[in-house]
Amino acid sequence: MGIKVDRVNEILNSEKFKDLVKKRLSVSITLTVIILVVYFGFILTIAFYKEILAIKIGAYITLGLPIGISIILFAWILTGIYTRWANQKYDKSVRELRNEILEK
Amino acid sequence: MDTIQSTLGQVNIASVIIFFSFVAITLGITYWAAKKTKTTSEFYAADRSISGFQNGLALSGDYMSAASFLGIAGMVSLKGYDGLIYSIGFLVGWPLVMFLIAEPLRNLGKFTFADVVAYRLRQKPVRIASSVGSLMTIVFYLIAQMVGAGSLVNILFGFPYEYAVIIVGVVMIAYVLFGGMLATTWVQIIKAVLLLSGATFLVIMTLAQFGMNPITLFEQAAIKYGDAVLSPGGFVTNPWDAISLGIALILGTAGLPHILMRFFTVPDAKQARKSVFVATGFIGYFYILTFFIGFGAMVLVGQDVVSSFDKGGNMAALLLAEFVGGQFFLGFIAAVAFATILAVVAGLTLSGASTLSHDLYVNVIKKGKTDEVGEVKVARIATLIIGALAISLGLIFKGQNVAFMVGLAFAIAASANFPSLLLSIVWKKFTTKGAVASIITGSTLAVLLIILSPTVWVDIFHNPEAIFGLKNPAIISMTASFAIGIIVSLFTTEKEAADKFEDEKLRTYLGIGAE
Repeated sequence: MGIKVDRVNEILNSEKFKDLVKKRLSVSITLTVIILVVYFGFILTIAFYKEILAIKIGAYITLGLPIGISIILFAWILTGIYTRWANQKYDKSVRELRNEILEK
Repeated sequence: MDTIQSTLGQVNIASVIIFFSFVAITLGITYWAAKKTKTTSEFYAADRSISGFQNGLALSGDYMSAASFLGIAGMVSLKGYDGLIYSIGFLVGWPLVMFLIAEPLRNLGKFTFADVVAYRLRQKPVRIASSVGSLMTIVFYLIAQMVGAGSLVNILFGFPYEYAVIIVGVVMIAYVLFGGMLATTWVQIIKAVLLLSGATFLVIMTLAQFGMNPITLFEQAAIKYGDAVLSPGGFVTNPWDAISLGIALILGTAGLPHILMRFFTVPDAKQARKSVFVATGFIGYFYILTFFIGFGAMVLVGQDVVSSFDKGGNMAALLLAEFVGGQFFLGFIAAVAFATILAVVAGLTLSGASTLSHDLYVNVIKKGKTDEVGEVKVARIATLIIGALAISLGLIFKGQNVAFMVGLAFAIAASANFPSLLLSIVWKKFTTKGAVASIITGSTLAVLLIILSPTVWVDIFHNPEAIFGLKNPAIISMTASFAIGIIVSLFTTEKEAADKFEDEKLRTYLGIGAE
């Protein structure tokens, strides 16, 4: 599978490719910021407002328990969200661009 | 001292049989894999034949160590909620790997992460620097694993420490030497399945004692040991400490050479992406399990008993297994703990060998030119070197308090490996001098500051006060590494590297030309 060399610069400068890169970076950065905010938010809450996590929501069960477990689930769900976006949207654009630049 | 009857400390027939069966089966797999491990692509990357799901399992097998299984369960049993805070730190690095690293890594690299760092830059200096960062991470991690293996056997069976270290060393050398990445992958997959099923079973049997109601388990823990076990305790006292540790764990995961190496075993970036999704799921599930195991041990075995066997609580999971499932289940979990160590050290050894052979020998000494057969031979020799080194270090560090070395490995990964990797992928103006400066700064600061920290300066060298106040250096070393990398790059220009950046995008984002 060779590259159509004359088309390389055209593709690199095309709106479509630039949009792909921009979208990819923005999704990556957004999700990264989300997970960092959630995790360090959790840590700082513990550092300064420990009592919040000790609030009882049952006879003994504390708020901290579901929050802690939820963060674990959330981290996994975020990777799922990224995967779904990438599988549906990103990969489609990649396929189209690859078709334009690769020789059959 | 032990007020409960436990067979811990005596030879456990079930454990010996199960462990040796695991070794026999995995050596059989190694024999099968050996026939398919002739080329460099096969030795380092299993010929890219691993599927996303399989790689996800292998990644989790490579990552979940005996230390996290036994250590975290132990921490939860003695301190309760704090163990969960610690676990969460180990998990949240994985989303970061997916968002920032997995796909570009697979597209740009061939066998090691140094391939990616050095992609546009001058090979020799960057390869050497990356190899230093990589080997330092691997060596510290290996010491912790080998010493852990020896002490585990010792506590479990009263068997001599040295024998355990040598057995673990010899077996893992066999896996890698003969079966390369293919064998290593399957060892990690099998171990992951064993560990996850064993832990699941342990949790089910534990919950059975509480009417299958986890809430009852937590309530009993609070009744027995006080409300404090269900909320944060002393784990986060100094916010800077906690942030620094968090940085080490999150960014460090994305800089661990043996983890990054796994991404080259799948056919393309899409499968690399899938692997992280699968791995994150299994690892997250695992930490939820260890949380329940810890509380189960707290309530059913009791904190006094747990700490009487080991002050850090490392026997909690095993004692719980014995409580709910007798000697046989204890044996099973113990064997699984060993298998766990084998899987991780095999991955570390292969990664170390690839650094010596692919990064240093081929790309620095031979300037990128070798023949297939020659390179595989060098890789095998490198395996023997790293394996021998692992065994020696395990023997030398006997009895030493090496727990801090895992934190140090993560700190180096976060400070030396991750910044240069990320900057190389996303920043056009990153230069060779910037990369080298970043790696040297990160690794030197990480090691220096940890020596001066309470973890080493006070706890190990017995000085009255630490010179550097934080237990983990990452917040300083990582930040400095990024800063120096950026500043030095801005002051040096490398036109070829900047020019290549645009063209490289075809490969980074579209996978065109990926190997």
